[in-house]
Amino acid sequence: MAEVAIRGVRKSYGGHEVVHGVDIEIADGQFLVLVGPSGCGKSTLLRMVAGLEAISGGTISIGEKVVNNLPPAERDIAMVFQNYALYPHKTVAANMGFALKMARMDKTEIEARVKKAAAILGLEPYLDRFPRALSGGQRQRVAMGRAIVREPKVFLFDEPLSNLDAKLRVQMRSEIRELHQRLGTTTIYVTHDQIEAMTMADKIVVMRDGHIAQVGAPLDLYDRPANVFVAGFIGSPAMNLLKGRLAREGDDWRVDVGAGPLPLGAMEGLEEGREVIYGIRPEHLIRSGQGIPARVAVVEPTGSETHLVARLGAEGAGGQEVIAVFRERHAFKPGEEVRLMPEPAHVHLFDAASGERI
Amino acid sequence: MNKARHNPLNSAAAHGALILYTLIALFPVFVIIINSFKTRKAIFAEPLTPPVGDAFSLIGYQTVMKQGDFFLYFQNSFIVTVVSLFFILLFGAMAAFALSEYRFRGNTLMGLYLALGIMIPIRIGTVAILELMVQTGLINTLLALILVYTAQGLPLAVFILSEFMRQVSDDLKNAGRIDGMSEYAIFFKLVLPLVRPAMATVAVFNMIPIWNDLWFPLILAPGESTKTLTLGSQVFIGQFVTDWNAVLSALSLAILPVLVLYVIFSRQLIRGITSGAVK
Repeated sequence: MAEVAIRGVRKSYGGHEVVHGVDIEIADGQFLVLVGPSGCGKSTLLRMVAGLEAISGGTISIGEKVVNNLPPAERDIAMVFQNYALYPHKTVAANMGFALKMARMDKTEIEARVKKAAAILGLEPYLDRFPRALSGGQRQRVAMGRAIVREPKVFLFDEPLSNLDAKLRVQMRSEIRELHQRLGTTTIYVTHDQIEAMTMADKIVVMRDGHIAQVGAPLDLYDRPANVFVAGFIGSPAMNLLKGRLAREGDDWRVDVGAGPLPLGAMEGLEEGREVIYGIRPEHLIRSGQGIPARVAVVEPTGSETHLVARLGAEGAGGQEVIAVFRERHAFKPGEEVRLMPEPAHVHLFDAASGERI
Repeated sequence: MNKARHNPLNSAAAHGALILYTLIALFPVFVIIINSFKTRKAIFAEPLTPPVGDAFSLIGYQTVMKQGDFFLYFQNSFIVTVVSLFFILLFGAMAAFALSEYRFRGNTLMGLYLALGIMIPIRIGTVAILELMVQTGLINTLLALILVYTAQGLPLAVFILSEFMRQVSDDLKNAGRIDGMSEYAIFFKLVLPLVRPAMATVAVFNMIPIWNDLWFPLILAPGESTKTLTLGSQVFIGQFVTDWNAVLSALSLAILPVLVLYVIFSRQLIRGITSGAVK
């Protein structure tokens, strides 16, 4: 087990830079999730840690050792791939033991380790089968088993659940999490799915266009997004981001979003007339007589909650769209007027030009 | 789709067409084999009857066995074909792996250059090849033939194999790298088994023309000790008289080894397809 330090790491292909100097510190035993939209550089970063891509600048160290110039096999890491990458012509047991065999480990020791990993993952009945005779979830487990037997310092996961169906994904999610709690190995996990990131991570790194957008614990990111990108990326349904202008009403600040003024909590250092983005999560919009009017566009009952998509302002005004989530069941009709009120304590305010939190 | 496949009428029609095609394709072979067991008179009188009764004769085979050293010709053909195929597959697959796996300057250009040979028949260069072989002292050696056939087969092999190798999952190769396999191990142990169907295809494509070739053996290795089977059979075809019994017998014998090789490769082909189908 070891900590991982990524310092000023860059990656360029030809003259084109795709990762622009990233710094991440991962504590021993931490479960770090790299999340971001496709093309943000998260997989490239992971592959640089694995040693599958050359590092164009900066250093990566695992434990105390800088691994920039070590081949993958000598970095003491194990990786689980999106499409499992099992050797199709080897049995499950041979797949799991292969890395150890390559490292010329003693046969009985290999067998013991494979057995142990198989027991952890519930793969004992399948050890003699070939990958083609396994289901998707089982293959994923074998891929994890192959990583476990090496007892590496760091586990790397590259979108391991993307190929599974929704139900299995949820199940494997908690299995991976449980495995991590049991083994306590430092883990770097790449995903584009913010729910996976939220549910599994100790620490999330949100990436965008080769930069880090924000680093933090899942709930910190949810409660205090550092910029509009993170605010919109984390959370489902996504946060409402309304364009508006700061206005003053006596001692209180308001944000005028076109359809009416929205309240702000106590704030300092604001100037009137500034262009801002007013962020409010769907669950922090409540129905209230004092709220601003909106027209119901779509109602999506999910059973446990009701999602309401509405347009601010009077009918035909073409106001900004908002989503509200209600725990209780309301009988909304399309076209009907509702009055929605943000809870001032949960408002996130961002600068319209830079997108940074104010 | 499913319904159509289970319709007995459609199924019968499809099988009928395939059987008909098989008959047409095999008919000349069949004629060659039955006539090789007949007397010269019977061959010309009734070419389509089976070799029974008076018509039956082994004279052709006896002539073949007496005339020249046919087992040596066999051996030469076999060595040339097998060794050429081995080199075509080995070097072709290695070049294809490099082209499909590694990014380097001029990769596409190199691929095009290697594929260019598909369009230019090697026989155009016969004179130059002959001069080269004379100067290097390789005339009348099997090595001369092997070198020429390897060169002839490589372009298509590289072209086909690199397409197939591009389809081998990158993750799989990377998993191998993380498990500590060298690039050679990844090539031989991971990639080659996965492109086996393509290898079999390339082998079959190259095998028949090499086995049947008359041109290069005649020019580069006409000596008695290096004659191939096809060249050896030519002694029975004269300008005025052709010993048809011997020609047909020699041809019948020549079919056998190539048939065996084909069975070996096609088995690989089927095994490769079935293991690839169930991903």
